[in-house]
Amino acid sequence: MIKRILLTLTLFSSASAFAAGPAVPVDKAPIDPHDTASLQRGAQVFVNNCMGCHSADYMRYKRIGKDLALTDEQLLDNLIFTSDTPVGSQMNIAMRPSDAANWFGIEPPDLTLVARVRGADWLYTFLRGFYQDDNKLWGVNNTVFPDVGMPHVLLSLQGVQAPVYNDGEIDLTLVKPGILTPDEYDVLTADLVNFLAYMGEPTKLERQRLGVWVILFLLALLIFVYLLKREYWKDVH
Amino acid sequence: MANEKGRFMTWVDARFPLTKIWNEQAAEYHAPKNLNFWYYFGSLALLVLIIQIVTGIWLTMAYNPSAEGAFASVEYIMRDVEYGWLIRYMHSTGASAFFVVVYLHMFRSLLYGSYKGPRELIWVIGMCIYLALMAEAFFGYLLPWGQMSFWGAQVITSLFGVIPIVGDDLALWIRGDYVVSGATLNRFFAMHVVALPLIIIALVVLHMIALHEVGSSNPDGIDIKDQKDENGHPVDGIVFHPYYTVKDLVGVVIFLIVFCAVMFFAPEMGGFFLEAPNFEPANPLVTPDHIAPVWYMTPYYAILRAIPDQFWGVVAMGGAIAVLFVLPWLDRSPVRSLRYRSWPSKVALFIFVVSFVVLGYLGLVEPTETRALLAQIFTVLYFLFFLAMPFYTRMEKTKPVPTRVTK
Repeated sequence: MIKRILLTLTLFSSASAFAAGPAVPVDKAPIDPHDTASLQRGAQVFVNNCMGCHSADYMRYKRIGKDLALTDEQLLDNLIFTSDTPVGSQMNIAMRPSDAANWFGIEPPDLTLVARVRGADWLYTFLRGFYQDDNKLWGVNNTVFPDVGMPHVLLSLQGVQAPVYNDGEIDLTLVKPGILTPDEYDVLTADLVNFLAYMGEPTKLERQRLGVWVILFLLALLIFVYLLKREYWKDVH
Repeated sequence: MANEKGRFMTWVDARFPLTKIWNEQAAEYHAPKNLNFWYYFGSLALLVLIIQIVTGIWLTMAYNPSAEGAFASVEYIMRDVEYGWLIRYMHSTGASAFFVVVYLHMFRSLLYGSYKGPRELIWVIGMCIYLALMAEAFFGYLLPWGQMSFWGAQVITSLFGVIPIVGDDLALWIRGDYVVSGATLNRFFAMHVVALPLIIIALVVLHMIALHEVGSSNPDGIDIKDQKDENGHPVDGIVFHPYYTVKDLVGVVIFLIVFCAVMFFAPEMGGFFLEAPNFEPANPLVTPDHIAPVWYMTPYYAILRAIPDQFWGVVAMGGAIAVLFVLPWLDRSPVRSLRYRSWPSKVALFIFVVSFVVLGYLGLVEPTETRALLAQIFTVLYFLFFLAMPFYTRMEKTKPVPTRVTK
């Protein structure tokens, strides 16, 4: 019986908020995977602000070093905060999932692939979309992630945003400035999203680089193969 | 020929009919000389099969078929295995490419009536390959153990539950558990890497034996064996090797260019080849907002959803695939190729292709009332193509068929 209900739910459910496309329009993330400086800054923002609660279990520090031009020493000085962690290890965290679930009501998800699940634009909007909502546990809500279980970790940097309800949409205004100006905060979040996008698929640039050569080779091969075919088919009338 | 053969080949041929097989299947196998663009997709399907088998072997070396390790092992392949990302993208792109190629191959058959006698068995064996391919894709899609893997398998295995009396037990037997679990993953892995590849390879061999027995049809749908020269060779035939081997080679390279363009520059293909929710590990407690199969299954999924009753929905979905098997016996036209048929056949094929594409789209998106109605209309049109075929093919006027192939 339960299976029948489940089947009915999954087969015949009508549109929900996410599936029909994001209910709130998202901003285009100004990110550039070739901008190594931005990626390095993003990595730093990530380990400083996100990795308290979120792991990146499928990513290795060493790989970041290799791809973002950082030496092992720079990795140990800037990105690795536990003394006994070798650079080759994965970006795990110490917080127990069961504790996290108790504290936040939900286990903070691993972020290695979050950019591939949500998309960079969504993340960029999310990180800039926190606003004051005193009805929530952490005093904040989010425009693209309603009733988010996460506190606004970057609050001291961004400042406090208040919602202005405008015909069903929520506009945000800064009511209490943070350490950074709004423009600086946009750059910081863009760097972070840039890094998350890189982490989702560290091979992306290598893939595109290799792809150009492979396709050039195939185009050259096509000429010869075509000439071969034409030569043989000369005697077919 | 014999005196040209080296000592080695003479030695082999005395023990194994290698030269004989080669001559029968390639060097002296006569194919019509007018095979056009649509005839590339058979050899391309074989190419994709080889790509899938070879990349699959390498993926298996690093993949861990367990609920605890599957998702992480795929990311291990993507990050830590040398060129693992390339092998994995080849395999995931190859899965979709397989269906692109097979759908075009099947369309060719519809276009030129290749399925008609004496090639009914080639068609039926081909449909078996298509069925096995869908099973293979379905089993394989569970292996990355992402959210869409899990819930897709959950929905599809639940479909067996609507069969009266034995349904629930059957679903349980297929899953090996009350819900999709590690037990399901293990058996799907076994099916995906051992059972179905063996079946598919065997069927492909049968498909080609049957084809080479009766010979390829052609865009004119005429029998080239009716016109033979003094040596007993069809006048409109050319030997497969070297003519079609070099011609197919051109098709192979063009195909690889398209394939590599997708694989290197858009491996997710906008969510069609790799779906975003599948980058999240399987979680039995959280249902994704929208569950849709991969694009190549969606026409049937739309038919399933078009019927308001679950049991009859499953019957309609099964029927939509089953009806393809009897196609050669539904077509009563005296000619094979669409070139020599009149407008009823042409309109019918056009409507069928539109229905298939529209249903494919509808199966991909969230159902709404309008979309449900559209799905019902196009489901009816889909079936009408087949069920009305005996009538319109018999009644329509056909043009005279040439005795020799045209350009």
